[in-house]
Amino acid sequence: MSLRTESGPYFGDFGGRWVPESLMAALDELSAEYALAREDPAFAAELMELHRTYTGRPSIITEVPRFAAHAGGARVILKREDLNHTGSHKINNVLGQALLTKRIGKTRVIAETGAGQHGVATATAAALFGLDCVVYMGEVDTQRQALNVARMRLLGAEVVAVKSGSRTLKDAINDAMRDWVTNVGNTNYIFGTVAGPHPFPAMVRDFQKIIGEEARQQVLDLTGRLPDAVTACVGGGSNAMGIFHAFLDDTEVALYGYEAAGEGVDTPRHAATITKGSPGVLHGARSLMLQDADGQTIESHSISAGLDYPGVGPEHAWLASIGRASYLPVTDAQAMDALRLLSRTEGIIPAIESAHALAGTLELGRELGPDATILVNLSGRGDKDMETAGRYFDLLDAEAAQS
Amino acid sequence: MSGTGTGSGTGAITSAVEKTIALRREAGSGALIGYLPVGFPTLRESIDAAVAIVNNGVDILELGLPYSDPVMDGPVIQAATQQALAGGFRLRHGFEAVKAITAQVDAPVLVMTYWNPVLQYGVDLFADDLLAAGGAGLITPDLIPDEAAEWMAASERTGLDRVFLAAPSSSDARLAQAVAASRGFVYAVSTMGITGARADVDAAARILVDRLHAAGSTSTCVGVGISTPEQVREILGYADGAIVGSALVKALSDGGVDAVAALAKRLAAGTQDIRNTGHPARQLG
Repeated sequence: MSLRTESGPYFGDFGGRWVPESLMAALDELSAEYALAREDPAFAAELMELHRTYTGRPSIITEVPRFAAHAGGARVILKREDLNHTGSHKINNVLGQALLTKRIGKTRVIAETGAGQHGVATATAAALFGLDCVVYMGEVDTQRQALNVARMRLLGAEVVAVKSGSRTLKDAINDAMRDWVTNVGNTNYIFGTVAGPHPFPAMVRDFQKIIGEEARQQVLDLTGRLPDAVTACVGGGSNAMGIFHAFLDDTEVALYGYEAAGEGVDTPRHAATITKGSPGVLHGARSLMLQDADGQTIESHSISAGLDYPGVGPEHAWLASIGRASYLPVTDAQAMDALRLLSRTEGIIPAIESAHALAGTLELGRELGPDATILVNLSGRGDKDMETAGRYFDLLDAEAAQS
Repeated sequence: MSGTGTGSGTGAITSAVEKTIALRREAGSGALIGYLPVGFPTLRESIDAAVAIVNNGVDILELGLPYSDPVMDGPVIQAATQQALAGGFRLRHGFEAVKAITAQVDAPVLVMTYWNPVLQYGVDLFADDLLAAGGAGLITPDLIPDEAAEWMAASERTGLDRVFLAAPSSSDARLAQAVAASRGFVYAVSTMGITGARADVDAAARILVDRLHAAGSTSTCVGVGISTPEQVREILGYADGAIVGSALVKALSDGGVDAVAALAKRLAAGTQDIRNTGHPARQLG
């Protein structure tokens, strides 16, 4: 059985549409329009042209031997989504959904954002296509990612600081859904990850699977064979699904997703949804989530705003349940060490999100040994994280600030 | 499956909610349904407030269970339920409240809950405990009939009401599905949006109610945005019930049990003399 052909609404026991009736017409419309678009060669051609001339695709791969020396000597190859326009993989999905918005004839787009990468990508696409754009962002995240707030505003988007609940990504999604329920007549919700109600998990995955499709061929060209393992960080899970998907039916390729363990999975402060969560319904999908015995969502924690989410996409929950992919926790400290290590050994500063994948890869390489080849999705660059990293490593001394 | 479309006269109706609505309609009016969240401002006061609004003219209670991610709720209800959660609300308090309220008043009590708390409690166990507490059924704002197989079975087994939502944007096929799946009433969402008082209730509400009646519903109540006796009267000119939420919660928040009781009394005045208000005559049961 091919695992690549699954396209929702359900992935095993996970997925579905657990939403207010008010959203059903919009979800049905989106499903129907997307089904037409994905069969339309003109839509695919327009998206590929944008990727070639605007995003900068195909993104390159980079082998990193000085970093790999710390990973048991395994060959480590990075898929450089950090080099995309706007600085992460998020643009792949946003351009697809923005084209779809144009096709449906809606004039306003909304988005949620955690780290700000999806918000920046959406604001960028809105500017490119002349769409009105409102981005919902938890108040806590607007503070820790102030630079991305400025970027979105410069691009012409309105940024709404969400003050309800835990004031992070999950609450930004709630407010974006409330906006969509109210303004669905002229508004399309450009969802940022492979979670949410159908068709979002399958559609976002389809727009991101170009990562794995390119990388699979690039690794074959470089090494003459498939990698032994593919690794990625997992919050909602879009970059991981994007790189995993091309390899789902390559049973000899192991797939590893690294979740944010925050201060540790045995503390209350983590975001390791698959490692520590249980089945439930959140934001329109049945998946794994962090919750208490009453089904109230538990607030997550990660130093990385982009992984600070108590849910995960249903396709990941399914891949975990059937054992096709493995999901392991990586702490804040492990991720920050890996961020510094890649910076110092290879001159590449990764996003803190992506640094979780690097930290996991360091351990995996030591397990697999020097004969192994590991493909890592470097999903984003670290520019947005300089203030967090500066504080974490104590790089922002008063003299440096004054000079 | 017994939907609201199958009821023919009060004699055949087993749902207390449906019966209450039918009786109010036959009396020339319609039902007033009042929403309050459990545990706000405290469990004790939420029970007292619910009893007080029934004693002041509310026909059916909609008791909300506070939830961490209430996507259909506006700022007033969000703030109240967040405060209830911070104050230590647990699901068992919901059953305790239903029991305490039904011990004091006869009005049917529906519980409004997002779906994940029910899933985690266990759908069958939740149904059993709600029935044992004296509850009439569930209003489920983020559960569509398409995903409700487990709840359909549990409500069939226990006889509990199941109120599904209908929206102005819903297709005819989806409205027919909501009518067929619902028991008690169909919850017509008056406007595209979330809960919260509005100056005008959309013309969309009347069109939606007409479409639901055409789809066979004999029990259709309108909610979202209703806050004044005038709006209640206007809605009961064409619908079988009017649901008031945020306005009651705000009154309770601002002025306590006395204030919410006073508002209930004013709203209930809106259910009087519907036939003499000059609104277009509606086919009455």
